[in-house]
Amino acid sequence: MIKLDSKIPAGDIAEKWSNHKFNMKLVNPSNKRKYDIIVVGTGLAGASAAASLGELGYNVKAFTFHDSGRRAHSIAAQGGINASKNYQNDGDSIFRLFYDTVKGGDFRAREANVYRLAEVSGSIIDQCVAQGVPFAREYGGLLDNRSFGGAQVSRTFYARGQTGQQLLLGAVSALNRQIGKGQVKLFTKREMLELVVIDGQAKGIICRNLVTGEIEKYSAQAVLLCTGGYSNVYFLSTNAMNCNTTAIWRAHKKGAAFANACYTQIHPTCLPLHGESQSKLTLMSESLRNDGRIWVPKKKGDTRKANDIPEDERDYYLERKYPSFGNLSPRDISSRSAKEVCDEGRGAEGGDAVYLDFSDAIKRLGKHVIQERYGNLFDVYETITGENPYKIPMKIYPAPHYTMGGLWVDYNLMSTVPGLFILGEANFSDHGANRLGASALMQGLADGYFVAPYTVGNYLAGDKPEKANIDHSEFNNTQKEVEDNIKKLLSINGKKTVDEIHKKLGRIMWNKVGMARNEKKLKEGIIEIKELREEFKKDVKVVGQNEDINQTLERAGRVADYLELGELMAVDALHRNESCGGHFREEYQFEDGEAKRDDANYSYVAAWEYESPGKWNLNKEPLQFENVKLATRSYK
Amino acid sequence: MSSNNLKLTLKIWRQESSSSKGRFEEFKVSVSSDASILEMLDELNDNLEREGKNPVAFESDCREGICGTCGLVINGHPHGKIPKIATCQLHMRNFKDGETIYIEPFRAKSFPVLKDLIVDRSALDEVLYAGGYISVNTGGVPDANEILIPKDVAARAMDAAECIGCGACVAACKNASAMLFVGAKVSQYSFLPQGQPERYQRVQAMVAKMDEMGFGSCTNTYACEAECPKGISVTNIARMNNDFIVAKIRSAEVEI
Repeated sequence: MIKLDSKIPAGDIAEKWSNHKFNMKLVNPSNKRKYDIIVVGTGLAGASAAASLGELGYNVKAFTFHDSGRRAHSIAAQGGINASKNYQNDGDSIFRLFYDTVKGGDFRAREANVYRLAEVSGSIIDQCVAQGVPFAREYGGLLDNRSFGGAQVSRTFYARGQTGQQLLLGAVSALNRQIGKGQVKLFTKREMLELVVIDGQAKGIICRNLVTGEIEKYSAQAVLLCTGGYSNVYFLSTNAMNCNTTAIWRAHKKGAAFANACYTQIHPTCLPLHGESQSKLTLMSESLRNDGRIWVPKKKGDTRKANDIPEDERDYYLERKYPSFGNLSPRDISSRSAKEVCDEGRGAEGGDAVYLDFSDAIKRLGKHVIQERYGNLFDVYETITGENPYKIPMKIYPAPHYTMGGLWVDYNLMSTVPGLFILGEANFSDHGANRLGASALMQGLADGYFVAPYTVGNYLAGDKPEKANIDHSEFNNTQKEVEDNIKKLLSINGKKTVDEIHKKLGRIMWNKVGMARNEKKLKEGIIEIKELREEFKKDVKVVGQNEDINQTLERAGRVADYLELGELMAVDALHRNESCGGHFREEYQFEDGEAKRDDANYSYVAAWEYESPGKWNLNKEPLQFENVKLATRSYK
Repeated sequence: MSSNNLKLTLKIWRQESSSSKGRFEEFKVSVSSDASILEMLDELNDNLEREGKNPVAFESDCREGICGTCGLVINGHPHGKIPKIATCQLHMRNFKDGETIYIEPFRAKSFPVLKDLIVDRSALDEVLYAGGYISVNTGGVPDANEILIPKDVAARAMDAAECIGCGACVAACKNASAMLFVGAKVSQYSFLPQGQPERYQRVQAMVAKMDEMGFGSCTNTYACEAECPKGISVTNIARMNNDFIVAKIRSAEVEI
C-alpha cells in the first residue's frame, strides 16, 4: 500500500502557505542551472510553470504534441477567471473565495490547498495585466468583473468571451521569452508515452516524435505533468480533439495514485447533439447564465417552437427550484436539472435540449449591451446551428467538460512518485467533487506561476536527485516497452476502426458512468468496458506505420488508455456510496432529488493504486474540515 | 436545425512528405448538412481506415475556432469563403448538393507541407520567440488596478490580441507575408501602457526575424484581412510600420 502523506503544513489556515514558503529549502541561484526539469503540456499550468521555472534559472524542457505552445486547450476557455480582489466592494475576500470553492466542491476538497488557491488568486490577475493581457475595463480604466455560477459576488475577470485565449497567450508569451533566451527548450509535436522511474524517483519521459515516429528519451531531475483532463473518455465532450489521458495514465501505471476518478463535471450550457457524425460538443460559456433565463415547456411532449409558447406555459425551473441562485446555480445542479426535465419529456421541441432565453435581458438592457457582453458567443452559436439567438432562444444541453479527479498530489503538488509533480486539471487537488465556473483558469495559473516554482525547488534542494543518463537500463527498457506497444497496435489489423471503438466506449460511459449513476448500471458498465477492451485488443485496425505522421496510431494509443481509465472511473463511482457534486448516485438522494452526501463514511479522497489491468488498491486520505462547517449544500 | 444529406465530390491534396510530389485525389461522399467540414473528413477517414487505406492527414483541435490548429484552403479560400470563421466552423449547409470541393493545405514558402493537408507553421512562433512578449518575470508586478487603461484602449488591444495564429493571412497573401500576424502582436503591446518600455526594440526584433524566416512583404492587397477568421484589421500593419519607422529614427538618433 502507498502511504498517503498530504504534507499539509501546521498552523492557522491563513498562515500555512506563508510559513511553508519560509520553511522550504531553496536552491542557490548559481546551482539552479545544474537542474533539468521536464514540463509536459503548454496549457495554462504548463506554460506558466515552464516560464516561471526558466526565469528562476532552471534548465527547462517543455513538451507539447501541438505544433506550438499556444494551441493547448486552455485557449478555449471562454468565461473568465476568479480572483478575490474585492475590486467591486461587494464583500469578497480570500476566505469567501476559499469558502465558496470548498462548498461548491461539495466538501470533498482539501482545505489547505483551496485556501492557498484563493490566497494567490489576486497575484494571478496582477501578473496577467503586467504581461499585457487585455482584460475588460470599465470607463474609468479599472478592471471590470462579472459574476459566475456558485458565487454571490462579482469576482470574475474576463477578456470578452476569450479569457482562456488571452490568459494562455500571456503565459505562452512568458514561455516564448524564455525560449528566445534559450532557458527553455520547447519540443513540439512530441507526445509523452511513458514516465521513466529509477529507484523510485521520476527521472524522465519517453516521447514519440509525431512527425518522424522516433521514440525519444529525455532525462530530468523533476517531471511536471500539466496535461489536462480526461473528459474525452466520453468521446463526445467539450474537450479538444487531441486532449487525452495518456501522460497521467502511464504515470499512474508507473506508481502515481489516481484520485477521485469518478468526479466528472457535466457542463450545463453546451450545444445539443446534431447527429451521428458529431465529433465533439461545443460549450457556450456559463457567463451566458448571467443574463439568459433557462426554461422548458410546462407541458410534456410540447413540440411547438420556443417563440410560440406563451409565457405562462414556460417553466423557468432553476428560478423556481433555487430562487436565490436561480440561473446561476452551480454546474452539477444545473446539468442534472436539465437532464431531469428532458427525461420527463419536457425538452425543447420534445428533444434533449433546454432553452436559454435572452429576450428579457434584451428588453431590459438593449440589444447593444447583450451584443457587447456575448456578441462572439452569439456568433458562434449562429455559425453552428444556423439560428439567430437574438431572436430565437438558444438550445442547450449538458456535456462532459471537466474532470475534477486526477493524479493524487500532496500539498506540494507532488504525486506518490517522488519527483513527479502534477499541475492544473491533471491533478485532483482543488475542486473537490465539483468545480465552480472560472476556477479552472485560476487553478492552472496558480499551480504554474505561484506554487510549483517554490515546491519543485524544495524537492530539488531537499532530495538532491541525481541526473540520470538516458543510456540507463531503465530508460532503454521503457523505450522498448513503448516501441513494443506501438508494434502491437499496428499488427492487430482487425475490423473495427479506432473511432468506432472510442464512440462505443463513449456511449457506455455516458449511459452507465454519466450524470446519474447507480449500482446496477455501474456494474454493467464495468463488464461492458472490460469486453470492449478485449475487442480492441483483438479487433482494432490501425492503418499505416510508425515512421510517419500517423494520426490513427496516435488516437489508438489514447483510446487504449481510456479503455482502462473508464473502468477505474466506474470502480470509483461504484465504491462511493453517496452523492456529491458531479458524482450523483441515484440511490443516495433526498426526496426532492438533491444529492445526499455521507460525511461519516465518505469524507475522504479515494486514491487508487494500480496493481494490474482491472485491479486497483484503494488508499484513503481523510479530509479534515477545520475552517468550514460541513453542511448540506443549499442554493435555494 | 433542419438537416438533409448532400452528395459531394471532394478533390483533396495528398502528399506523402515534404520532399515528395503532391496530387489531388478524388473522393465521393454523402454528408449531413449539419456536419462541419472537418466532421465530413472524419467520416471519410473512418471509411478509408475501414478499407485499410491511409486516411487524409489534417490537423484540428478545439473545433471552436479559437486554437488556430485547423487551416485548410477550401475552393481557393483559406478557411473557406464564409468570412470570419475558422475551417472547423464551416458547416456543410453552406454547400450545395452535387458540388465539387477542392481542399488544399495552406501554401507558403515558410510553411512546408509535412503530409497531405498538414503544414509546418513554426516560422510564426520563431517571430514570437524573438520579441512577442513583455519582459516581466513572475511575481513583483504592481497591483492590476495600479495602472488605469481607458476602456477603448483595452478594447483596441483586445481587437489585435484576438489573432489565433492560424496562418491564414500568410496563405492568403500573394507574397506570403506574415505582416498581419506580426502587426497584430506588435499593436496589442503598443496600445497598452505595459508594452511601452520595449515598444521600439520589440518591433525591430520581430520584423528582423519575420524577414529571416522568409515571409514576404506587404503590398496592400488586404487579402489577409479578408480571409482572417477573426477579422484582424490591416490597420495593425500600418501601426507596425509606423512603430518600425519611429524605431529606425530613434536608433539613428542614438547613433548620432
